[in-house]
Amino acid sequence: MQKQPVPDTGQIPSTVPGDSIEVVPLRHPVRLALAVVLVLVAASALWDVAVNQRYHWDVVVSYLFAPQILTGAGLTLVLTAVSMTVGVILGTVLAIMRLSANPIVSTISRGYIWFFRGTPLLVQLIFWYNIAALYPVLSLGLPFGGPSVAIGSANVLITPLTAALLGLSLNEAAYMAEIIRGGIGSVDRGQHDAARALGMNGTTLMLRVILPQAMRVVLPPTGNQVISMLKGTSLVSVLAISDLLYSAQIIYATNYQTIPLLIVASLWYLLMTTVLTFFQNKLERRYGRGFDAAPRRVRRPRTGAAR
Amino acid sequence: MSGAMVEALGVRKSFGSTEILKGIDLTVERGSVTSLIGPSGSGKTTFLRCINHLEKVDAGRLSVDGQTVGYEERGGRLHEMKERQTARQRLNAGMVFQRFNLFPHMTVLENIVEAPTRVLRRPRDEVSAEAQVLLDRVGLGNRGHSYPQELSGGQQQRIAIARALAMKPKLMLFDEPTSALDPELVGEVLDVMKSLAEAGMTMVVVTHELGFARQVCDQVVFMDGGVVVESGAPADVLDAPKEERTQAFLSKVL
Repeated sequence: MQKQPVPDTGQIPSTVPGDSIEVVPLRHPVRLALAVVLVLVAASALWDVAVNQRYHWDVVVSYLFAPQILTGAGLTLVLTAVSMTVGVILGTVLAIMRLSANPIVSTISRGYIWFFRGTPLLVQLIFWYNIAALYPVLSLGLPFGGPSVAIGSANVLITPLTAALLGLSLNEAAYMAEIIRGGIGSVDRGQHDAARALGMNGTTLMLRVILPQAMRVVLPPTGNQVISMLKGTSLVSVLAISDLLYSAQIIYATNYQTIPLLIVASLWYLLMTTVLTFFQNKLERRYGRGFDAAPRRVRRPRTGAAR
Repeated sequence: MSGAMVEALGVRKSFGSTEILKGIDLTVERGSVTSLIGPSGSGKTTFLRCINHLEKVDAGRLSVDGQTVGYEERGGRLHEMKERQTARQRLNAGMVFQRFNLFPHMTVLENIVEAPTRVLRRPRDEVSAEAQVLLDRVGLGNRGHSYPQELSGGQQQRIAIARALAMKPKLMLFDEPTSALDPELVGEVLDVMKSLAEAGMTMVVVTHELGFARQVCDQVVFMDGGVVVESGAPADVLDAPKEERTQAFLSKVL
């Protein structure tokens, strides 16, 4: 049998042979010296930033809550929220397609992921923005030149915002699909058997048994995705959408206070990232229930015939 | 419907080019307890999974409660069933696995209540009350709000039995239910199974616990190499085996 290692609690063992022996903890002089040096370096850097006039902290403060900046931050949040939501839903569908027994279905998913991960997001955004060059009129109808109903001019329908949302969502779905596929794959096969044996159909099995367990594995990389999406939305400034970064750029284009305004934008990005990380931690705790409660005891199946 | 609970006639199953079941003939009477014994790779578990259609039968005929498993007879041909029909048919049998396979993200009570409410669409209050009775029956009445992870293997397996019983199956299938347990926890699970057998449940048990087979089972089936080598009353098969292969197996195990 394998012995459980004694957990290292950092405490002095309670049963010392010969009760009265004094225990001297190991000292770490190098560790202490290093810590002092690091604190000094960090403090001096902060002090320098604080007193350096060229940072123009007064300008930073005066623009921190400027209406243009606030609207930009709001738009950045909306872009992130919508693109992430669409990305997660479409990504889940793509992940399930990718795992399908039907080779056509899984190949389509594979192709989608290959294409959207393989081309730069910036190119995709500009592509959607210029879709009118390929399809001047958007219409719904039968394929191979059958009858169709025109919906409207692509130039009117695909606004910069629509193009941005299309580009960000469709790109995100490809990444989320791979993350969710990994999560689904991490769930034990026995869970499928148990759910099937209880009479569950594929949908109930997925929604009630597999996906909730996959969430535990899916959440940390998804948190990463949300945060890179939040900052990735700054790419849409090429479509002249006044998100947080573009709003800051518009302001410094007129007053030449480039650095202070970039600091303003960065502070808002930092704040939003911090809030998102907080929610990520809460969600991780929620979906970790039943997994993190107690350390897992490994039981090896006994091969009966041998005993 | 009268007749046997499980009837197998020439059941065959292959994985790729490996034939695991090479024509199984077996009858399990209503209210009886059958144990499947035999060396690893003999096809016991595969056959058990076929009864619940977790594996598709390739040839032969397998019926549970008079219905052909996974197929529908129409116009003299066997048509493969749709997923929904298969799911409904699986409700005939409850299954208990070697590795328990409780849903780790749900509490004990949620594990038991999930399928009756989602699959049978029965009211939650009613099912919860029944679940509590089942928990008491397996001796875990106070653990309803624990997560499976917080329980010992024996406790988890007893919960798994309660979860299967909550669907009110006509038949219970056990796939090596005590093989993953620490030796001192085997007894508590076997006790629950014994009381279930006494209550008249039809059971098919893949097991290495020959003591249990001798004490509780009406029929012992010895399988090897994908066929039934010998079957009959425990006293005959375990104590006076006729076949050489059975003798060889038992001499190693006992």
